[in-house]
Amino acid sequence: MILSVSDIDFTYDNSPVLSDVDFQLANGELLAILGPNGVGKTTLLKCINAIHRPDSGVVMVEERDVLTMRPDEIALCVGYVAQKTETARLTVFDAILMGRKPHIRWKTSKQDLKIVDSAIQRLGLNALLMRYLDQLSGGELQKVAIARAMVQEPRLLLLDEPTSSLDLKSQIDILGMLRQVVSEHCIGAAMTMHDLNLALRYADKVLFLKDGAIHFIGSTDSVTSEVIEDVYGLPVSMHIVQGHPMVVPAA
Amino acid sequence: MHFSDGQVPVEYSQYIHRKIMLLVGVVGLLAVTLVVAVSMGVANISLNDVASSLLGGDVLRRVDIIIWNIRLPQALTAVVAGGGLAVSGAVMQSILRNPLGSPFTLGISHAAAFGAAFSVMVLDGGIMGSTTADAVTITNPYITTLCAFLFSLLAAGVVISVSRLRGATPEVMILTGVAMGALFTAGTMFLQFFADDVQLAAMVFWTFGDTARATWSSLGIISFVVVVITGYFIANSWNLNAIDAGDETAKSLGIRVERVRIVGMVLSSMVTALIISFLGIIGFIGLVVPHMVRRIIGSDHRFLLFASTVFGGVLLLVSDTMARLVLAPHLVPVSVLTAFMGAPVFLYLIVRGQGR
Repeated sequence: MILSVSDIDFTYDNSPVLSDVDFQLANGELLAILGPNGVGKTTLLKCINAIHRPDSGVVMVEERDVLTMRPDEIALCVGYVAQKTETARLTVFDAILMGRKPHIRWKTSKQDLKIVDSAIQRLGLNALLMRYLDQLSGGELQKVAIARAMVQEPRLLLLDEPTSSLDLKSQIDILGMLRQVVSEHCIGAAMTMHDLNLALRYADKVLFLKDGAIHFIGSTDSVTSEVIEDVYGLPVSMHIVQGHPMVVPAA
Repeated sequence: MHFSDGQVPVEYSQYIHRKIMLLVGVVGLLAVTLVVAVSMGVANISLNDVASSLLGGDVLRRVDIIIWNIRLPQALTAVVAGGGLAVSGAVMQSILRNPLGSPFTLGISHAAAFGAAFSVMVLDGGIMGSTTADAVTITNPYITTLCAFLFSLLAAGVVISVSRLRGATPEVMILTGVAMGALFTAGTMFLQFFADDVQLAAMVFWTFGDTARATWSSLGIISFVVVVITGYFIANSWNLNAIDAGDETAKSLGIRVERVRIVGMVLSSMVTALIISFLGIIGFIGLVVPHMVRRIIGSDHRFLLFASTVFGGVLLLVSDTMARLVLAPHLVPVSVLTAFMGAPVFLYLIVRGQGR
């Protein structure tokens, strides 16, 4: 198992946000974390990355307890793409190079620069190489943030709504690329998202949160309309379109 | 995950080469400015004589004395103080994520002014002597300097303590700094209200920043602190770059954001406090120089911090030289010149928009 989350509880200002969250993720699996707004999806990612400290529970990444590791040790095995990225006035290349920070001792090496170039090619950012971040669109920034997390060369990739500001083609490109990277490098990835159809199409497993607890976790083909109705309180129907499940809200 | 099929892009190598050449250019500019500044004054000394004296050549003894005993300590003080104030400003703007971030925004200069006033009024520190105002002399400048330094650190300490208590966010730091500034300004006004004429003159005089106050020994202290702390900041350039990208991103890269912020605050406050306590208040350098340098060299702290340090030295040196010459034989406080020069430049930068 690349990730094992056991009985995580987290409270914020005395209000419970997560309770008894418990799941595993295998190498080569892409997990989509779904649920209504404010249900604790982002908090869960931050607890896995130890940006938030859970009140109780254990998070193991490749058999190591994340909550007892130093931040620089965590950064060597867990990459994180935040929902919001600031537009610091750096070039795209330097912004991605920053992802090598956990590996840099005194100065960047040629190898660091090559790794960044490789990620740039992979995400199709060649044309933007020397552009400044504040000249980029929201979607381009998102790709830069993903590339930055990838050059950390993590074993586990966490992405908080990675497709939220992307156009349809970019969403498909990014999720397809993620799918490929996860399989090729046999790493684990967990992403929060709102688009059920994209989640069902690209993820291996889906996890639905309801009221801060896991309501359902399983493979994408085991998701039923009842599960979705329970979580969102909205009647839906499910269809198979071109071999992929599709959720349609009932009229 | 491992990527290995990339190459170092030519455009990026050229970009880095241009940055390095810019840094070399700024250092060259500083060297030229230093020689020119030392040559200028009431007694005109040729550039050749200055260069020769600085390089240990044979020049008239009178020229040697003017250069080594009068002009060089003042010029080097301007370089080091300008560099220290500028790098502190650059770090403050980064860790506070606020373009107005500077040790002055945090009430440190107000606290120093209060400390000096306290020393003059309560500890009978007296009356300071300077090339700019011989009529006003401070009997014990060490007490005044020490008081200014301690109160500056006190202000920084309160800002940092409150930040630790409430989480080291930029908002908490700036708001606490504004409160400290208001508090110490009120305290200084209170002391001034009850001061006699001589004490009042001494208090007001102290606030005029003046590089001529420095001796070789105080220059040594300031230089040591500025060099060590600037080196530390430059070694932490990647941390500051990451904080610019957002706290969550920085944390995910293994950076202890709160610690970087607190240590950055402590060190930049210490540099500023030290400079102010020796030389008086010199405004605008810490605020304006990082903005000017960002336009030329960009926001990458690997280059920004070094360039700000050197360019801060250039700007204060130019201001100091003009202060000596503009109304010669009268000397204008350098802090007046920095504000006169800095404010229009700052307005220009605001109108032109943010730089690269």
